[in-house]
Amino acid sequence: MKKRNLLQRSIVSGIVTIVSLYIVMGPHGRRPHGHDFTWSGIKANLAQNIHLGLDLKGGSHLVMRVKVEEYLKRLAEDSATAAQNAAKDAGFEIKEAHAETTGGNYRVVLTPADPAKAKDIEAAVEKKVDLGSNAGWSFSQSGANLVWTLTGSAQRTLADSATEQALKIIDSRINSIGVAEPTLQRHGGSSSYEILLQMPGIQDPEHVKQMLGNPSRLELVHVVSPPSPSSAQTYATKEEAVASLNSGGNIPANRRVLPYTERAELKTDQNNANAPKPTKWVVVELPAIIDGSELRNANAVQSAGGGSDDFQIQFSLKKNGADKFGAWTGANINEYMGVVLNDEVKSIAFIKSQIYDSGEITGRFSKQSADDLVLTLRSGALPAGIQYQEERTVGPSLGADSIRSGVRASLLGLALVVVFMLLYYRGSGINAVVALLLNMILMIAGLMLFNATLTLPGIAGIILTIGMAVDSNVLIFERIREELRSGKTVPSAVEQGFGHAFVTIIDTHVTTIVSSLFLYVFGAGTPVRGFAVTLVLGLLINLFSAVYVSRTIFIWLLTRKGRRAESLSI
Amino acid sequence: MIQIFHDINVDWLGKRKFFIGLSIALMLAGMGTALYRHKFHPHGTEAFNLGVDFKGGTVVTVRFRQAPPVDTLRSAINHAGISDAVIQPVLDKPGEFLIKVPQQGTSENVPETQTGVDAARAKVRQALSTFGSEAQASSSLTEDPNAAYKIEGTDAVSAVASSQLRTKAIAVTIAALIGMLIFIAFRFEWTYGAAAVIAVFHTVLVTLGLFSMFQIEINLTVIAALLTLVGFDVNDSIVIFDRIRENRKLHRRMSLYDVTNLSINQTLSRTVITSGLVFLSVVALVLLGGETLRPFSLALLMGILFGTYDTIAVAGPIMVWWERKLEAANRLPAVTARESGFQSKSVAGSNKGVGKPSRAV
Repeated sequence: MKKRNLLQRSIVSGIVTIVSLYIVMGPHGRRPHGHDFTWSGIKANLAQNIHLGLDLKGGSHLVMRVKVEEYLKRLAEDSATAAQNAAKDAGFEIKEAHAETTGGNYRVVLTPADPAKAKDIEAAVEKKVDLGSNAGWSFSQSGANLVWTLTGSAQRTLADSATEQALKIIDSRINSIGVAEPTLQRHGGSSSYEILLQMPGIQDPEHVKQMLGNPSRLELVHVVSPPSPSSAQTYATKEEAVASLNSGGNIPANRRVLPYTERAELKTDQNNANAPKPTKWVVVELPAIIDGSELRNANAVQSAGGGSDDFQIQFSLKKNGADKFGAWTGANINEYMGVVLNDEVKSIAFIKSQIYDSGEITGRFSKQSADDLVLTLRSGALPAGIQYQEERTVGPSLGADSIRSGVRASLLGLALVVVFMLLYYRGSGINAVVALLLNMILMIAGLMLFNATLTLPGIAGIILTIGMAVDSNVLIFERIREELRSGKTVPSAVEQGFGHAFVTIIDTHVTTIVSSLFLYVFGAGTPVRGFAVTLVLGLLINLFSAVYVSRTIFIWLLTRKGRRAESLSI
Repeated sequence: MIQIFHDINVDWLGKRKFFIGLSIALMLAGMGTALYRHKFHPHGTEAFNLGVDFKGGTVVTVRFRQAPPVDTLRSAINHAGISDAVIQPVLDKPGEFLIKVPQQGTSENVPETQTGVDAARAKVRQALSTFGSEAQASSSLTEDPNAAYKIEGTDAVSAVASSQLRTKAIAVTIAALIGMLIFIAFRFEWTYGAAAVIAVFHTVLVTLGLFSMFQIEINLTVIAALLTLVGFDVNDSIVIFDRIRENRKLHRRMSLYDVTNLSINQTLSRTVITSGLVFLSVVALVLLGGETLRPFSLALLMGILFGTYDTIAVAGPIMVWWERKLEAANRLPAVTARESGFQSKSVAGSNKGVGKPSRAV
C-alpha cells in the first residue's frame, strides 16, 4: 500500500467524521460558544437538530378530502341557471333548465320552446356562459334538449384546481389561527383530492377542525318578497315556500329556498332575546348579487345595544364587488336583500338607499363564533366542503414512550452486536465497531442535513441499515478469513477480501436502493416513505463507513506492521 | 480464531424435496388458517386481524390515574352507545388501555358529523367522563391532580382511507419485489431474480400466515417490517448468487448443481452470523420495544427466521431447476442427459474441492 494513498484516505475519513459530529452535536445557524462544548449544551443541540415526526413528538395528523363532487355539482347547477338566463336575454324562450349530476356525470340540460333554434341558442349561451369546448364541456343535442356534458379530463382538472384552492384557503386559515410549524400539503395521488395537515404539539384538533370545516360561503341575495313597507315574505315550512313558486313542487333553476332563523330585532324584547326563534323559510333569487369572493375585509363587532354575547360581522367589498353591489342596490330601493352564509339566510333587510361597499351580518353570534367566522371569511370560501379521512393524535408522553423503548431496544441490540464482533473477530472486531458507530453518526447527520423527520418507520429503516452494515463487515471479514485459509499473505488476503466482498456489497446495496426508490414512489402519502428515505441514506453511508473507512483502518494497520505483517487478528 | 463453520460440505440441493415440501406445508398451513377464519369466523375472528389502518375505525389510547376494572369501562362505553368496542389493557403500562371502536354507522340517514372519523372519539370521551375529569390538553396526568384520566392518543381512519391504505400496502410490497426482480435480472440472469423473488414472496406469505394463525394485528408498521424482511431476504439470496457467479468462472467444469452447493457452503458462516446478529437485535426489540412496536418486531422476528431458511432452501433449488430447464430446452436431449448433475448425488459427493476452492485463476 502506498503511503500517499493512506494519507489521503485518512484525511477524507477524518474530515467527514468531524463534520458529521459537528452537524449532529453542534449548533445550527449560529457560531458555537463555550456552552456548546459542555454535556448539557451538546444534549440541547442534539434535541434541537433532530426533527422528530408526529408519532414520536406528539401532535395531530389530519387527512381531509375535498368533496369535489359537491363543487362540480354546484358548477353544473350554476351553469344551468346562467345558461337559461343567457338564452332568455338573447330572446329565446326556454321551457326548462336543469343540471344532471348523477353517476359521476355532470350535465347542463336546456329545453327550448323551439328545438329548431338549437344552434342559435347554443351560440348565444356559449357567448355568455363558460360552457364551450375549451372550458371542457362537450355539446350534444338529444331530442328536444340541448345538453352540455363536462368531459372526464375537465372534471379532473377542475377537481384538481378546487383542491389546490382549498389548500391555499386552509393554509391561510391555519396561519391566522397561529398553529406553530404546521405541515400542509397535497396527499396521495393527483386524483385523490386529499390534503394532509400535521400540527405538532396540538393534541385536540377539535377547534382547528371546526375552523377548517366551515365552508364560509357568503352571498348577498335578492329575497323574493313584496317591497318595503310590507314586511319580508317568509314561510313557516319549506313546503309552503316551494308552493308559492307555482311550479308544481319543483324549484326553478333561478330560485332557491333557504332556511332563515330570524334574529330578535326588537330591543324591548329582552326576555326572549336569547330564545331561538323558529326557523322560517324564504325564497331567494339565483344567481346571487355578489358572493364572498368580492369580500375585502371583515370584522367582528359587538352589536349595538346587544348583550355581551351578541356579536355581528361588518364587511367591506372590493372595487368590482362594490360596483356591482352599488348598481344593484341603486336599482332596487325598498327591495329586500338577504345575507346568506353557508346556504342559510342570516339576516334580511330592505334597501333604504344605495349601498356601495359595506354591509353587516347580524345573527347573534357569540364572540368566539364571530371571531372564527371573520377569520374564515377573510380567507375566502372553500370551493367545497371537506371530509376527514384520517385523524391521528399522539400525546407527547405516548411519543416519548415510543422513543424510550425504541432507543432502549436499539442500544441493547447494538451492544449484543458489538460484543459478538469483538469476541468473534477480535482485533478486526474493533474495526467493525468503529465502522458501525461511524455509520450511525453519519446517518443522524444526514437526516439533520436533509431536514428529514424521524418517524417510527424511519427507525425501522435505521434497524435495517444497521443489519446491512453488520452484514458488510461480516462479508468482508469472512472473505478475508477464507483468503487467509487458502494460503494468501495477509496484505493480499485483505486486498482480495475487500475486492471480492465489494462486488457483493454493491449488489446487495443497489438492489435494496432500487426497491427503496420503488417504495418512495409508490408509498406517497404513507409512512413507508420515511422508511425508504432513511434506508437509502443509510445504505449510501454504509458504502463509505463499512468499505472505505474500514479499509483505511486495515491499510493503516498493515502499514504499521510493515513487511512483518504475517498475522492478522481476525 | 473462533469459527462457526469451515470446510463444510453439505449437499443442500439434495434435500430440496424436503425443503420445498416443508415450505409448501408452511404456506398451506398459513393460507388454510386464513381461509378457515375467513369462512367460519371461529370466536369472531377474521382471516387477518387488521388494525384501524386497514379496516377503518378508531383506537383511543387512554391512561387512568386509577385503572377501573375492564368490565366497568366496557359498560360505560356501552352506555355511550358503542356496543362493539374492544378494550385491551396495555401490558407494560399499568393504567393504560386501548379502546378499539369499529367503523361507526355509515347509513345515509345519520348526519355526516356522526359518521365522521371523530364520532367514535366523542362517544368514548363521553363514556370516560363518567370516571372523572380529563387532564387539560397541554398538561399530563401527573401535572393535573384533579384529572382522572387523559386521552393519550387517537387513531381514526375512515372506510375510504383504510381501503386506500390497503391497496397502497399491497402495491408498495409488489413494487418493491418488482424493483428487485428487475435489478437482479439485470445484474445476473432473470432466473436468479425470479428465484430470489419467489423465495421472498414465500417468506411474506408464511409470515402473513403466522399472523393469521396467532391473530397478531396487522397495521402500517407491519408493512414496514415486511418490507424490511424483503430487503434482508433478497440480500441473503444475492450474497449466494454472487458467489455462484464467481465460482462459475473459477470452476468452469463443475455443474451448476455443485457450484450452487459449494457457494451456499462457502457463504454459510456469513449467512448464519449476519442472520444471528440481526435476530438478536430483533429479539431485543421484541422484549424492550413496547406494545406499540410489538406487531412490527414480531413480523421482523418471523421474517428473519424464514428469510434465512428460504435463501438456502427455496431460492437455490428454484434457480438451479429453472436454469436446467432452460439449458435442456436449448440443447440436444443427449447432451442434457450427460450434463445433468441434478439427478446424481454422486457428483456432488465426489467433488473434493468443495469448501476449499482452488485459486488457480
